[in-house]
Amino acid sequence: MKRNETGTVKVHFQLQQGYHSNSNTPSEDYLIPMKLSWSADPLKVEAVEYPKPSFEKYAFSEKPLSVFSGDFEIVTKFKVPANVSSGPALATGKLRYQACNDRMCLPPKTVEIPLTIEIQ
Amino acid sequence: MTVLLLSLAACNTTRSVKAAVKPEKDRKSAPEFTLKDAEGKAVKLSDYKGKVVLLNFWATWCGPCKTEIPWFMEFEQQYKDRGFAVLGVSMDDDGWDTVKPYIMSRKINYRVLLGNDMVGSLYGGVDSLPTTFVIDRGGRVAVVHIGLVSRTEYQNDITRLLGDGIVPETGGSAPAAAASTGSGQ
Repeated sequence: MKRNETGTVKVHFQLQQGYHSNSNTPSEDYLIPMKLSWSADPLKVEAVEYPKPSFEKYAFSEKPLSVFSGDFEIVTKFKVPANVSSGPALATGKLRYQACNDRMCLPPKTVEIPLTIEIQ
Repeated sequence: MTVLLLSLAACNTTRSVKAAVKPEKDRKSAPEFTLKDAEGKAVKLSDYKGKVVLLNFWATWCGPCKTEIPWFMEFEQQYKDRGFAVLGVSMDDDGWDTVKPYIMSRKINYRVLLGNDMVGSLYGGVDSLPTTFVIDRGGRVAVVHIGLVSRTEYQNDITRLLGDGIVPETGGSAPAAAASTGSGQ
């Protein structure tokens, strides 16, 4: 990425078949949203863009739930400040999610995403 | 543009399995534990010896668990006088701050305890919720249900165990503490 410019990072996720994760905007208050946060200093996180969720009905839900399933991508836009030195910068993402299938749920989990970004 | 690939979810994919009540000779003792209820009172599983206990591991964020809770409330009401009790063990990380309001809002009529990983481990890890152990009057696990099963399955388990005449290993009736705990919140 170049100084004083914005670069994007796409993280591609794969959820095991039969499972879904609540989207970043779950339909019910009690559901744990998916959230990708970054610790990326000196880079600035400009935006984290989630895919459009699908609305699925499950055996346990009265109405369709806002979920991600299968393969999907989350895009993060990083702004590289003008005064940053060139060289590698380390960004660490943390993805918190909670997955279920139609009959059971797994506990919420946080996955670390280490990323080295080369600043030019 | 940088692209990363991550596989999520289910390294511990537990399948929902239909389970039947085990013959008496195949049942193992339910591990003993002590957990606190919503009023801060320490509760032991052995307090319930002599009763059929439906021990349900659940969490407020678990949709399938919420389907079962009204059934369990009915069972508590319907069978408590026949020596039956439901014990809910919440696995919420946020603790009572999350669980107490939920108990109040749903008017849950059975005792709810706050679980922890140690108790989860005693019961085989409890990787998936809901996970429910139906325990006979002798304190032995008669059936385990992992995932959402039907109301009828639970009801069949309970009525069978209430009627199967198993005598507690230690003999005698349920301790006094158990008699007062069936529906207490």
